[in-house]
Amino acid sequence: MARIIGGIGTSHVPSIGKAYDMGQQDEPDWKPLFDAYKPVRKWLADIKPDVAIVVYNDHGGSLFFDRYPTFAVGAADSYGIGDEGWGRRPLPDIRGDAEFSWHLCEQLIYNEFDITVCQELEVEHGFLVPMHMCFPHDPDWPVTAVPVAVNVIQHPLPTALRCYKLGRAIREAVEACERDLRVVILGTGGMSHQLNGARFGHINPDWDKAFLDKISSDPFELTNLTHQEIMEQAGAEAVEVIMWLTMRGALSDNAKQIHRNYYAPMATGMGLIAFEDVG
Amino acid sequence: MAEQVDKSKKIPGTTVFDWRESRKGYRLNKFAMSFTKPENRAAFTADEEAYMERYCLGEAERQFLRARDFRGLIEECGGNIYMIMKIGNCTGHGLYHMGAQLRGETFEAFMATRNARGAR
Repeated sequence: MARIIGGIGTSHVPSIGKAYDMGQQDEPDWKPLFDAYKPVRKWLADIKPDVAIVVYNDHGGSLFFDRYPTFAVGAADSYGIGDEGWGRRPLPDIRGDAEFSWHLCEQLIYNEFDITVCQELEVEHGFLVPMHMCFPHDPDWPVTAVPVAVNVIQHPLPTALRCYKLGRAIREAVEACERDLRVVILGTGGMSHQLNGARFGHINPDWDKAFLDKISSDPFELTNLTHQEIMEQAGAEAVEVIMWLTMRGALSDNAKQIHRNYYAPMATGMGLIAFEDVG
Repeated sequence: MAEQVDKSKKIPGTTVFDWRESRKGYRLNKFAMSFTKPENRAAFTADEEAYMERYCLGEAERQFLRARDFRGLIEECGGNIYMIMKIGNCTGHGLYHMGAQLRGETFEAFMATRNARGAR
């Protein structure tokens, strides 16, 4: 039986990808961020997952407002590296597991999550930054991946509770797979940030740290957050954090926090949290 | 059903990118999305006016673009920040340059408000 063995919440700020590509990991203002991922990379290397389910949002990498899906799941053998307007990043294509993806899609849809199924999908920073922060990729990624795209950029957005329930449904779908697969799930985005209006640059480290506390101790309480409350407290673009609830919803009650970090150097609160799940 | 966005409680200095903004900015955002193809970036750089014409941009959108007024594109024309960033990258205006415009201050003044400016 396939099972979920871990969950990670992580920001996916594009500037992290740029710094990574330019080899700035040891520069003083970046080092605290990059160093924080080292224990997570080591842990992942030890537990050797086969598949990473990555819950992210597309920022106009390959999805546009002509048909922007509320929830979409990739079901392909590979996912190309998207050009977001500044060229293709030097990363290998993402290996997919179409059979596993289709299994998840079937289970989710019969479980009343009417997701969009994507047989072609290029992935971008929302997906890629978490991937290369958590996994090596030279010459290739150690895991296959399932992209799960969530609309957190064009209101109306799915509710925090709906995102959590999607995680619950993903867990059931994984456990209904007869293949012996070890699965980790990544919830990405946030934390506090605002990229529009005179309030550009707003961050709220206290709110972010309280969110990190709660997602560990009482994640269900976070499902009461409305988009309004998140935007008021943590900035308009902070609504991305509802995708962390999908990750947390996919974990069992026995999940144990094993790592946490927070760093807010510029215009985004960059959070990181990892949970081991023994089921 | 709990209300998710309370329209009676406008958040100061904030535009919520909802369906109204998306309808208003559709043409502009589609134009910006085209910058995900290198040949389109090259076409814009070679002849900005012709490229704006190809997408039938409105006069206000063209004026803001000529002036590199990203605040105008975002706040008045329904531009989505993630789409407008693609244009900015092509014209040499990064996110924090746009952010300073949105805040109504200089790039240097904005950067002075940050904790660790090397992480940009």
